[in-house]
Amino acid sequence: MPIRPILSTLHKHKLTATLLTLQVAFTCAIVCNVVFMVAQRVQRISVSTGIAESELSAIHSRGIEKGENPQARHTADLAALRAIPGVQSVAAVSYALPLDQSESSSGICPSKEALDRAMQRNSIDGSGCMEPAIYDGTPGLVGTLGLHLVAGRDFLPDEYVSKGKPAVAIITRALAQKMYPGQAALGKDMYDGDNFIRVVGIVDTLLRPAPRQPGTADDSMIFPQLPDHASATYVLRSAPGDRLRVLKAAEAALLKASPNRIIDPKQMETYSQIRAEYFQRDTTMIGLLIASALGLLFVTALGIAGLANFWVQQRTRSIGIRRAIGATRSDILHYFQAENFLIVTAGVVLGVLLAIGLNLLLMTHYELPRLPLWYLPVGALALWVLGQLAVLSPALRASNVPPVVATRSV
Amino acid sequence: MFGYYLDLAWRSLKRTPVLTGLMVLAIGLGIGASMTMLTVLHVMTDDPMPGRSAHLYTPHLDPLPRDYKLRDGSPDPTDDMTWPDAMALLKAHRGVRQAAMSGGSLLLRPARADLRPFYVSGRYATTDFFALFGVPFEQGSGWSAADDAAGAQVVVLSETLARKLFGTGKAVGQTVRLGEHDFRVIGVTADWAPKPVFYDDQTGTQYSDADLFFLPLSVAVDEKLQVSGNRSGWVHGDDTSLTSANMTWLQFWVQLDTPAQVAAYRQYLVDYSAQQKALGRFQRPPTNAKLYSLMSWLAHENLVPGDVDLQLWLALGFLFVCLLNIVALLLAKFLRRSGAISVRRALGARRRDIFVQLGIESALIGVAGGVLGLAIAQLGLWSIRQRPDDYAKLAQMDMSMLLGTLGLAVLASVLAGLLPAWRACRVPPALQLKGG
Repeated sequence: MPIRPILSTLHKHKLTATLLTLQVAFTCAIVCNVVFMVAQRVQRISVSTGIAESELSAIHSRGIEKGENPQARHTADLAALRAIPGVQSVAAVSYALPLDQSESSSGICPSKEALDRAMQRNSIDGSGCMEPAIYDGTPGLVGTLGLHLVAGRDFLPDEYVSKGKPAVAIITRALAQKMYPGQAALGKDMYDGDNFIRVVGIVDTLLRPAPRQPGTADDSMIFPQLPDHASATYVLRSAPGDRLRVLKAAEAALLKASPNRIIDPKQMETYSQIRAEYFQRDTTMIGLLIASALGLLFVTALGIAGLANFWVQQRTRSIGIRRAIGATRSDILHYFQAENFLIVTAGVVLGVLLAIGLNLLLMTHYELPRLPLWYLPVGALALWVLGQLAVLSPALRASNVPPVVATRSV
Repeated sequence: MFGYYLDLAWRSLKRTPVLTGLMVLAIGLGIGASMTMLTVLHVMTDDPMPGRSAHLYTPHLDPLPRDYKLRDGSPDPTDDMTWPDAMALLKAHRGVRQAAMSGGSLLLRPARADLRPFYVSGRYATTDFFALFGVPFEQGSGWSAADDAAGAQVVVLSETLARKLFGTGKAVGQTVRLGEHDFRVIGVTADWAPKPVFYDDQTGTQYSDADLFFLPLSVAVDEKLQVSGNRSGWVHGDDTSLTSANMTWLQFWVQLDTPAQVAAYRQYLVDYSAQQKALGRFQRPPTNAKLYSLMSWLAHENLVPGDVDLQLWLALGFLFVCLLNIVALLLAKFLRRSGAISVRRALGARRRDIFVQLGIESALIGVAGGVLGLAIAQLGLWSIRQRPDDYAKLAQMDMSMLLGTLGLAVLASVLAGLLPAWRACRVPPALQLKGG
């Protein structure tokens, strides 16, 4: 396919061709970054909590009876919940559950020396001390949540405390590696400023209730500490399809055990609902990003097709002449395809540069990471395919122009 | 002449229906997406108290220790005020009106047997609150300064709550049990909630919240009622009672009517801070004390989520690509008419005439695109209203945004038509005639 005639034609339509090139370039730049943002968000919403989400549901209860002993209340409630058919196990926590928003965290150090270092610097950064999320709960929590113990054991019944700090804890593998790099964390005594707390178990993963700062999402610690407030959240484990029924039954059972409580229907959810709620903004954003990327590609395809269509109409006579002097149909078809390829290629080259520029801009304003370079060839390929698809119909029409057109005057 | 150009434009557009349709669609999509996001941003940054906001100010003191380090992602304690400072500012009475306040959530046990107990959120405030913000009353009134001083157990209900508790009957004079105390109802406000609830602290969902009750701040402190929002203390192991001098939890607003009053209040805040520093309570420079106007406080709080911001840029980028598309298509279209243009030029039309004629053609596309964009934007806003975000329900177009949409569409398409029209009107008169 000789390029020269195409170039000279494009030269005649310099401005129009430039505009189309620019459109392709901006589309390429924006779509590359948008797809990257979608990938980022998808990665965020698919984070693992480390618990058996598909089998769990949670119901929050807030006692309003004055002078009630909360722990006695919880024990009675747990018994009532356990009696519900289909409930495999149940535990009570104060409020903290992965992705359930409310979090309490606390500073903890691998040793007393590390705490002194932190005090000296007036900051825990670099001292070895960490600030994990704290989970509490009644016996059986580890099993109910379906946590995977990779070392050590679950708490023993006599390790649970009703008030004050416990003497032992279970921590996540991520926290163990950060607190005791290169050592076995099991059996170590952590120091919180007042007490030593021994690590008796290590679980694979347990996400924080509200992971905000990157890199600390999986820093969690479980205390054998019984919830001690009038309000508590009960975690129920059942078959996945059974959860809605179990929740309804749990509400009835709790109200039957004591009517003096408030059960907010909004805090009576399966774990799938809790997860969806937590990531609601991200899913909205993913939808919007995908819609805008598709919209951009659509408009660009329209632009390419519209202009090609127009050019075909405009050049009908010259096409006829070319056909009359021996050009085959496929020559004409390829001519328009090659023309489109040239325009899109120019657009893509510019677009790749723009994409990197746009990414740098987004990095400074929206804390987006650097765009992986492999996005660029993929984006370019997508636009080439799009361009060829968009030009196909006008090009086919051009190739169908009969040679006899040459003899007619327009 | 205008009518003639309009007619010409209409004929020209009709001759290429597909191309015209493409252009209208492109501008419609671009405008629709942009206006959806602009409307969301508009309602989120709109003045919550039109007519009143210019006179409302919020003072902020800096009682933090010199070496206090603000941690990433934690709330800034100086966003709120300590109890002693708020009481001192109230007592000084340097503004036209002033009030200290805080949010709270209390268990309400209805007297009616058919209502189960429920939690309500409302506001603990000092007497000027209602006059300061111009809260409209349906029945009764607010409480007096004497009630504040005496810690009178009185409450003002919102209309919604009053109707829920007492039906359509008279609520004033009735008793409501909030928490563990009985409160006498002295007033009912019309349903009132500025969007956003600018006087709330930053933890809430300020676009969907509304206060359902109001009661004297002194009662909340005396009876240790539950306070919602941030309580930021900075002395380790210090008492965490509400009256602590080392914990901020109150919001404070003043009304200042003239620039002189504003300047005087600013000076007063610096003087007060200097005095506290001399007493050894404050450690930081007295000039850290700030006085924000309502709108600048909202800007400081920056309630617009980063995502909304990003969505707006995305929509504008989309509009830009759509415009590039239209410029290219218009250029091709206009230049194709070189023959006709050159005939008109030869018959005496000036460049300016051609330019205006083509400009009107672009504007016509803009009007059509604007109407389509309006429809798309309404669809977009409708889908946003279906989302559970707290600002979602506000996503409605007002008249100014409606006209703005059409205006932007016409402006965008005329701008897009400038370059093609300029190129086309430079077509020489005679040359093209030869071609035929």
